[in-house]
Amino acid sequence: MAKVKHHREPLFHIVKRDDMVWWQAWLVRIATIVISVFLMGLLSKMLTEKSLLETFEIMYRGVFGRIETGSTVMLWKYLQEIAILLCLALALTPAFKMKFWNCGAEGQALIGGFASMICMIELGKTLSYPVLLAVIAVTSMLAGALWGLIPAVFKALFNTNETLFTLMMNYIATQIIAYYVYLKGGGSNIIQPVAEGNLPTIGGNRYLVNILVVALLTVFVYVYLKYSKHGYEISVVGESQNTARYIGINVKKVIIRTMAISGALCGVAGMLLVAGTDHSINTNTVGGQGFTAIMVSWLGQFNPFIMVFMTGLICFLRLGAGKVADTCMLNSAFADIVVGIVILCVVGCEFLIRYSIKFRHGKKEVKA
Amino acid sequence: MEKKPAIELKNITKRFGARVIANKNVNLTAYRGEILSILGENGSGKTTLMNMISGIYFPDEGQIFVDGEEAVILSPKDAFSYRIGMIHQHFKLVDVFSAAENIVLGIEDGKYNLKNSIKDITAISEQYGFDIQPEKKIYSMSVSEKQTVEIIKVLYRGADILILDEPTAVLTPQETEKLFNILRNMRDDGKCIIIITHKLHEVLSLSDRVAVLRKGEYVGTVNTAETNESELTEMMVGKKVELNIHRSEPKNSVDRLQVNGLTCVDRQGATVLDDVSFTAKSGEILGIAGIAGSGQRELLEAIAGLQHLSNGEITYINPNDGKLENLRDKTPVQIRDMGVRLSFVPEDRLGMGLVGNMDIVDNMLLRSYTKGKSIFLQRKAPKDLAMKIIKDLEVVTPGANTPVRRLSGGNVQKVLVGREIAASPTVLMVAYPVRGLDINSSYTIYNLLNEQKEKGVAIIFVGEDLDVLVELCDRIMVIGSGRITGVVDARTTTKEEIGLLMTKSKEDGKETANG
Repeated sequence: MAKVKHHREPLFHIVKRDDMVWWQAWLVRIATIVISVFLMGLLSKMLTEKSLLETFEIMYRGVFGRIETGSTVMLWKYLQEIAILLCLALALTPAFKMKFWNCGAEGQALIGGFASMICMIELGKTLSYPVLLAVIAVTSMLAGALWGLIPAVFKALFNTNETLFTLMMNYIATQIIAYYVYLKGGGSNIIQPVAEGNLPTIGGNRYLVNILVVALLTVFVYVYLKYSKHGYEISVVGESQNTARYIGINVKKVIIRTMAISGALCGVAGMLLVAGTDHSINTNTVGGQGFTAIMVSWLGQFNPFIMVFMTGLICFLRLGAGKVADTCMLNSAFADIVVGIVILCVVGCEFLIRYSIKFRHGKKEVKA
Repeated sequence: MEKKPAIELKNITKRFGARVIANKNVNLTAYRGEILSILGENGSGKTTLMNMISGIYFPDEGQIFVDGEEAVILSPKDAFSYRIGMIHQHFKLVDVFSAAENIVLGIEDGKYNLKNSIKDITAISEQYGFDIQPEKKIYSMSVSEKQTVEIIKVLYRGADILILDEPTAVLTPQETEKLFNILRNMRDDGKCIIIITHKLHEVLSLSDRVAVLRKGEYVGTVNTAETNESELTEMMVGKKVELNIHRSEPKNSVDRLQVNGLTCVDRQGATVLDDVSFTAKSGEILGIAGIAGSGQRELLEAIAGLQHLSNGEITYINPNDGKLENLRDKTPVQIRDMGVRLSFVPEDRLGMGLVGNMDIVDNMLLRSYTKGKSIFLQRKAPKDLAMKIIKDLEVVTPGANTPVRRLSGGNVQKVLVGREIAASPTVLMVAYPVRGLDINSSYTIYNLLNEQKEKGVAIIFVGEDLDVLVELCDRIMVIGSGRITGVVDARTTTKEEIGLLMTKSKEDGKETANG
């Protein structure tokens, strides 16, 4: 021991592992979520006078309670939030499976919503209701698809970087909406809700159509990716373009086709927001959910059904923490912080699932 | 004669995940003034073991002693402080730098002076007999020159324990002999040389002692002088292995594929194939030999419809009606639709032939998913095929739904070759089909190729091991810098003759430069 050593022995080193069974992995994930929720409670304890339990109680009320004025249960609002976020995440998933990093759900949805808005304003009084609805659906999907196609064509032909390209397309979309709102809103910069071309209400519930549409889409995307020839091509292109070439898949065609679908599904989300929810549009209509959706798609491991749970979790935290912020007079950024903490923990726990940390304690005894 | 131990390994264990034990309780000693071969099949843990000495990995258990003292090696830098240097299989050089710049790169002694360094480099070169131009840029160097730079880089840092990972894999027989002479010089200078290899004849001709690993476990060390090929093979594989490749005479051989004046230019504008012409015959294995990167890949890809040609003709002679079909500028799908049964086992198995993250069934689907009008996939037939291949070729896998990247190299290759043969091809192209495979899997593949040959398939076999090419093929075509430098009869040729042909075009170039 007296001899000079070049180095001390490391306290621990990190080793890759692949021995975790799926239920163990999920146990780690669930434990992480529980821990991160406690972290969040601790944070609110530090910022407010409320105890942990009270905080959770407020959160619960924020999601499952009743709005004081009406009879609408908050639950519907919760499901609506899930539907929109899930719709965007579903839209991104085919592109992501192809390893085409579409960061433009925000813009694609906004343009889709924009198409709905134009139809509602310009054609709302001339077309009959069913025709109008069909026109709205088709145009918003086409508009979203177009917004997705532009970067896809450039990627296919010139191999441009799709991440930057789709991000930039978001800003263009936002500016177009800003200008449109300025034109139509007169001085107020607000477009008053339009009565024509709203999606139908079922049993007096204004969110139910949105929820049903997204439920159908979830099944559609799942089946499309897993059981269709298109879905198979997407996986092959995503895993290895060389293999795709070798087998004779037209890679350019697949990129363009898939982005058209991804964009069109974003367009649907835009339609659900404009024709189905707000009946108006502004630059903040999608409100950054296009970016949250990227995370949802990843955390859901590109599986639509896992994505349902992830959106459920994120929306619960967002609504609940929003309510806490309201009740305790905290800044509205509180909700973002909470969602951030939880997602960071969830992403971090993937490290523990893939690697294990080895300590060197036992070694000295082995030597003897 | 008492030799001083340079490096000792005691009870070294390294795991990757819970299931993979790369090394288990390895005990090994290497002395100064000797060349020690580490022999083992692919996947036996040779490289992992050496990576622990050179600081790339850290052992989970056990100790390393350098010159009798326990050493903790956490990084390649630590390894250098123990005077240990490793020359990796894949070179780690900066292409746009000169040899000398690469050699001094990363030395932090605050005395950057390229002129002095070049003097030192020249001195080292002369001492051991290296042939190097210190100011030459890496990108204009041959593989053998690059390897020289890597070795000098290590010597320049004062290493006297040198580890070479499969150094001859990319060399011609002549270059190999040159390298071996240099290594012998270094040994005589008192350095400790450890060479990782799986080629038996190299072990026997070069090393003083051989340490054998099998499935991560240390089997034993023997003196080279007291052993022979079959004993070493037995230690390596764990049982006796017949080392002869069966070769039948071609029967009813007719022309199947004619290639005429093939010329191909890569993205940088360099000519990778230059006026290549040959004929592949049915019921015959045509070998293609050459230094890695001489245009073999481009040639096969051109025939498979994956490479754009600037000139030349590819003609397929249909065995049913003798009709001539032009394959040039056709996509793989078009070739398939023409009824040409062309199968291709590419060099890059998991990056091109298969999809690593997909299971065996979905990898079978690659060749057949377009069948049928339905928009949905039909997984029944590929599932049956997967089960059949697993059974017939004895693929070791937990099931047909295991991602192929989890299989060992040999099993991956069985899946790929099995799929390509299942299409009952008339032309079968295989590139480096046994690279990275253990001996038993290699022989399985040779037998499969021979079976196909006897069925009348025209086989084009791109290989690197000249011993195998000479034993397996009927004719061998040698390619050098994109040109055919000769076609020889495999039954009468020698390795030396092929080695000379491999470098022939280079020599031609030198002559013109001199004249």
